[in-house]
Amino acid sequence: MEKDLLTAGGLNLESRIFIGSGKFPDNSLIPEIIKAAGAQVITVAVRRFDFDNPKENILNFIPQNVKIMPNTSGARNAAEAVKIARIAKAAAQTDLIKIEIINDNKYLLPDNYETAKACEILAKEGFKVFPYMNADLYAARDMKNAGAAAVMPLAAPIGTNKGLQTKEMIRILIEEAGLPVIVDAGIGRPSDACACMEMGCEAVMINTAISTSADPVLMAKAFAFAVKAGRNAYAAGIGEKSETARASSPLTGFLNGD
Amino acid sequence: MSFYDFKKQYDGFDFKNFCRNLSDLEIVKIINKENLSETDFLALLSPKALNRIEDMAQKASAISTKHFGKSVLLYAPLYVSNFCINNCVYCGFSTANAIKREVLNFKEIEDNCKIVSGYGIRHILLVCGESPVKTSLEYLQECIKILRKYFDCVDIEIYPLEESGYEQLREAGADGLAVYQETYDEDLYKILHTKGAKTNYRYRIETCERAGRAGYRSLNVGALLGLNDFVSEMFFAGLHAKYLQKNFPQSEIGISFPRLRPAAGGYEPKTIISDKHIIQAICAVRLFINRINVSVSTRESNALRKNAIPLGITRLSAASSTQVGGYAKSGKDSDGQFKINDGASVEDVKKMIYEKGYQPIMKDWLSF
Repeated sequence: MEKDLLTAGGLNLESRIFIGSGKFPDNSLIPEIIKAAGAQVITVAVRRFDFDNPKENILNFIPQNVKIMPNTSGARNAAEAVKIARIAKAAAQTDLIKIEIINDNKYLLPDNYETAKACEILAKEGFKVFPYMNADLYAARDMKNAGAAAVMPLAAPIGTNKGLQTKEMIRILIEEAGLPVIVDAGIGRPSDACACMEMGCEAVMINTAISTSADPVLMAKAFAFAVKAGRNAYAAGIGEKSETARASSPLTGFLNGD
Repeated sequence: MSFYDFKKQYDGFDFKNFCRNLSDLEIVKIINKENLSETDFLALLSPKALNRIEDMAQKASAISTKHFGKSVLLYAPLYVSNFCINNCVYCGFSTANAIKREVLNFKEIEDNCKIVSGYGIRHILLVCGESPVKTSLEYLQECIKILRKYFDCVDIEIYPLEESGYEQLREAGADGLAVYQETYDEDLYKILHTKGAKTNYRYRIETCERAGRAGYRSLNVGALLGLNDFVSEMFFAGLHAKYLQKNFPQSEIGISFPRLRPAAGGYEPKTIISDKHIIQAICAVRLFINRINVSVSTRESNALRKNAIPLGITRLSAASSTQVGGYAKSGKDSDGQFKINDGASVEDVKKMIYEKGYQPIMKDWLSF
């Protein structure tokens, strides 16, 4: 049987969970979380890279076989994101970059316009760009035209655990954007992640729901099962919902001589 | 509309009467709300809300964890001068106090930077008294450029400037601004500040707005608790933070809860602010403004700082010296702005944070 791989930005991944790293009580938990989730990609804020402090530098806790995707957390516009991305490339030796441009410190909503601008600059420089975005089709098309490898729409404002609030907009992105859709932010429960995968999202990114759980390792496992279940269901083809029971065909049965 | 004008809607508001008429049921309902109004916030600062302090703490803890995870950033202040033209009766730097005055030269600043960065501190707060002659804008620009070589984030707590002054310091490398209103009561403010540039209440209360327009990444406010009654001061400090968050969305907003500490001059607080008050303020602010940085300095005891971590403290100072250039001095050469209450080392503070199940963060920004 052919492997069901997520292909984006030069990555060919068996795992469809991306893990965020910003909220753990202890970096030493990271290897266990990655293992429990079966994740192959972890995002790390460049602002937290700390090469002067090897004991606490988050990069030193990430297993060798896991891809580091630096993010531009803290950038308020395209120019800042571009500078942070270039620092990330030199420091982490990767051309993967998750663009986060946030100019609203209450809800931390991404700025799609600045994000598309940063996509264009960084993609031209050879970065594999994964933009965090508000679920908006026009913005997704701009990012695709700018050379993005995927789009990462939010399900709900970051850190809220409110689940798939932007479901219909994400469905439209899956149908129309022409890029892998990786849902980022707001996923609070494994069932939310499962729902994303059932819809046809290529992957989900989880941070708060795992890191703030009383048992992060167990929660990571729960997400792994949920994502797998959702993906399998999507691959198998999910039956349509119906408002009424359909035991027979009262209107067209006569065509078969019923 | 500036915060000065915004605040006028509460001129003559009867805080005591409002608090007296609150019921326990109202407090419970407010704690369970997702979005709190301004008067909901006020209710949580009332004496009645103290009966529900555990419920408030549980909710504050849950909100903080969702927004900030289990981590606390460490920073340290660097005092570069205690020259001051103001006579704030509660402050050790007041002109009325016959203390030894000094201003660090650039070599001394480098010496202090080497020591503080050697502790592992990467976020620094530059502090000085108000003396545009001894600590001119040009002097502060040079200080910031030096600090920038040693630290990833440089915040400033200096005398209020015009917007253009903030722009110049931002270009030199300043990231954020902390400025405390001391008291939000305009009449009391005028009594406490009778000399120097600080006499202008409106100019001080609009300081963060000028820095916000100058593009500062973080703006931190607070009232000096003990100068006036707890409820109204915390109410206006919280409103001020909320106003800044709405009007300057590009800036991270923070709040501190400085309590009057013994200092030269021996000023006696008008109101005694208990540990319970500080905890109540931390929780009420978190419920009112979910996403806000909360700092607790070494003015507070080690025990209070430790127990407040799960309630949503996002920043703690560590190994602080409030003496001018205090890190590079073995003995006590000059008087500090106030007496330190938690003298724990950076390593001890980190250990304390880990013991509470949180991660100490030394670096959360980068120079570019």
